[in-house]
Amino acid sequence: MDSFFRSEEMCLVQLFFQTESAHNCIDELGHLGLVQFKDLHPGTADFQRRFVKEVKKCEEMERILRKQLYFVTFFDKLEQELKEINSNRDTLRQNFTQLTEINHLLHMTDDFFGEAGSTIEMSSSSVHSFVAGVIKHERFPAFEKILWRLFHGNFVLRHAEIKPHQEENMEVFVKKDVFVVFVQGDQVRGKIRKLCDGFHASMYPCPNNAAARKEMRTNVNMRMEDLRLVLKRTEEFRVTTLTAAAANLREWTAKVKKMKAIYYTLNLCNIDITQKLIIAEIWCPVSDLSSVHAALIKGSEQTGSSVTPIMNRIHTQQTPPTFNRTNVFTSGFQNIIDAYGVGDYQEINPAPYTMVTFPFLFAVMFGDCGHGLLMTLLAVWLILHEEHFRKLKNELVDMLVSGRYIILLMGIYSIYTGLIYNDCFSKSFNLFGSSWSVRHMFHPQGPWTNETLHNSDYLQLDPLVSGVYSGNPYPFGIDPMWNIALNKLLFLNSYKMKMSVIIGVVHMLFGVMLSLGNYINFKDVVLKFIPELVFMLSLFGYLTFLILYKWCVVIKSDSAPSILLLFINMMFFDYSSNGAMLYKTQKPVQIFLVVVAGVMVPWLLFAKPLLMYREHKTIFIRFVLMLMNANTQVFSVIYHSSFYFKMNHIKYIQTIFSLQISMGDIFVYQGIHTIEYCLGCISNTASYLRLWALSLAHAELSEVLWKMVLQVALRVTSGMGSVLLAVTFATFAVLTVTILLVMEGLSAFLHALRLHWVEFQNKFYQGSGYKFSPLSFDKMLNMK
Amino acid sequence: MANLSFVIPMSVMTLFWGIIGGVVPWFIPKGPNRGVIVTMLVLTAVCCYLFWLIAILAQLNPLFGPALKNDTIWYMYYHSS
Repeated sequence: MDSFFRSEEMCLVQLFFQTESAHNCIDELGHLGLVQFKDLHPGTADFQRRFVKEVKKCEEMERILRKQLYFVTFFDKLEQELKEINSNRDTLRQNFTQLTEINHLLHMTDDFFGEAGSTIEMSSSSVHSFVAGVIKHERFPAFEKILWRLFHGNFVLRHAEIKPHQEENMEVFVKKDVFVVFVQGDQVRGKIRKLCDGFHASMYPCPNNAAARKEMRTNVNMRMEDLRLVLKRTEEFRVTTLTAAAANLREWTAKVKKMKAIYYTLNLCNIDITQKLIIAEIWCPVSDLSSVHAALIKGSEQTGSSVTPIMNRIHTQQTPPTFNRTNVFTSGFQNIIDAYGVGDYQEINPAPYTMVTFPFLFAVMFGDCGHGLLMTLLAVWLILHEEHFRKLKNELVDMLVSGRYIILLMGIYSIYTGLIYNDCFSKSFNLFGSSWSVRHMFHPQGPWTNETLHNSDYLQLDPLVSGVYSGNPYPFGIDPMWNIALNKLLFLNSYKMKMSVIIGVVHMLFGVMLSLGNYINFKDVVLKFIPELVFMLSLFGYLTFLILYKWCVVIKSDSAPSILLLFINMMFFDYSSNGAMLYKTQKPVQIFLVVVAGVMVPWLLFAKPLLMYREHKTIFIRFVLMLMNANTQVFSVIYHSSFYFKMNHIKYIQTIFSLQISMGDIFVYQGIHTIEYCLGCISNTASYLRLWALSLAHAELSEVLWKMVLQVALRVTSGMGSVLLAVTFATFAVLTVTILLVMEGLSAFLHALRLHWVEFQNKFYQGSGYKFSPLSFDKMLNMK
Repeated sequence: MANLSFVIPMSVMTLFWGIIGGVVPWFIPKGPNRGVIVTMLVLTAVCCYLFWLIAILAQLNPLFGPALKNDTIWYMYYHSS
């Protein structure tokens, strides 16, 4: 509970466990995600470590998995299987192609023989031989030409293209032709064979008579059917194997990552001489010691070893890492604080306060309830569909999703500040009735007549005329009358500037009060905290008081002093300008406050260094006196006899001198701090004026979009106005989202962040620690 | 009372944010998040109340009034109370 306000108490623990159970123990610790392993070999390079081979192997496997090639898989067996499957499939395919070709061939030759049968019988009864085969389509003309040259036309050639008559899912269907060559004589067969070889045409034996051909055909068809079946089965098997592999792919990637992390961690540990024991040093939160112990016992039980690991807490002077336990809601805010600087060990953590002040300051700059509502709806959508967005693995979307609770709070506060600024898409609500009345400005109560109305373009209401201003301010927010006033900005600027100063001073005072939590002893409180607080209160607290006083007290407009001038004159002790004071005792009060502030500066500058100097001087003098008063005899005896004593007192004198030298350091440091603080008070207060500037920009942009985009379409009276309105509204919506939500949102986000990082945190935050980075498999696997 | 219309909003808002910041924190159940929730409630109450207070105080004693166009004035004279 207390842990979010400060970082958790950490302890350094030595772990001893057996080498066999090392893997399992570290696996358990990784799942727990609560320990950070210290590097026990800080000087060694990566390739000198003990488990470097294993780490390399894991990296190799990771690379393979990342490529996700289907031919290279994780397990060797699977690889073999797939290879076999693939080669079988290729052979089968080839066979299938051949058989198809034979089929076509037989089909063709049937026709040829049928047609040519009569012709051949009519010609001479010399021995006819024929060659049948299949050749690629584009090679056929060349083939024919060479046949002509070879046989001088003494041959009959028939060819036909193979048309695929069914869905043969070959990857590449090469156009092929079937041909039959009839020649005289037997010897020429050899020539033709050679020719066919040259053209890469495949020849098939083809029987002479029709009956044999038919038999062959049925044979071929049967074989084709068989092959088709086998091919289908092979394909199915291949698909199932691959899908099974793909399902496990993610699991394997995770496993490999885990293994790599474990080996990397083992590299950080010490292995003792007997090779049986591993010694690790870990940082872990004190409150989690028992769960770490339980995890270690579980890990060692898994390997079946009887020896439980030993945890030995050791005390150390080293600075522990900073650990802030966060949940889903608070982690976003902790991240934006850590982005500037991780807090010192056990320093006050600004995150719990930032959870409210950051969205609030954003809302002061954003201040529009319509846009705030849109932002809240966006945040709710992000929250509800978080997993779906994370799956997209887009960097921008990831950033939006991790900040979804921040956006939600920003939206909610923006609705509130928008209601107070009375600004909703640049229009105001009138819920309670305006406090300004026009009627009372006319006769008989006021100076106006119908003539005054006709004579001028605009008239200003005067609060001094009775009844014009009802005396009661608009109960919730800015009066809606100001939205239609021509001098709206005159009023709003004054209001917003003063509001920014008040909010700034309050925020900074809060920061100074937080610094109280960082002081360990009471002396620092007096030496640093009190002068800082008094300085800020006496000058800027008084400024805030002036603002509030001027608001609450009734003054005539012409005798109202300007607060800025009052403040400047106060610093210069200039009271010459006649009687422009807010209250009677103003002059002595102001003089007193400036003098007090002036006294605080040397207090802040000199008190602490002087005190430290005096402390060390007394120690030094006391030591010298001791040396002088001591019996010289005894002293010389001791001096000469004890070598150890001699070294000791020389070292002590050296320390004293070094402390004296660093007195200069302390003075310089304190001087810098004083200047920074005092000048910073002024510049930081002025810096808060950006709250005014950005809210003004946002309001003006919103008004421009209304007046020059949407209102133009709303004023059109013709029938086409509805179409124009639809188009114009689309433009209005796009511009609102891109300019006002995205651009202004980012801008206000940035400036609110800057106000926190600089103006708020430089009052109390050091931010020079290092972050606790535990071995956590969840974190590792989520960050791909 | 003279300005009842000022006292009522003042007391309502003070009471509202006072309850949120001062009373509700006592009813938050004990748990790991209690500190954070209480901090958030108190800070929200303080920030929002301060913001509202500044807005109402700024309009309490106006030094000048709104300047309106003459047709707006004409409309308001004849059509509003």
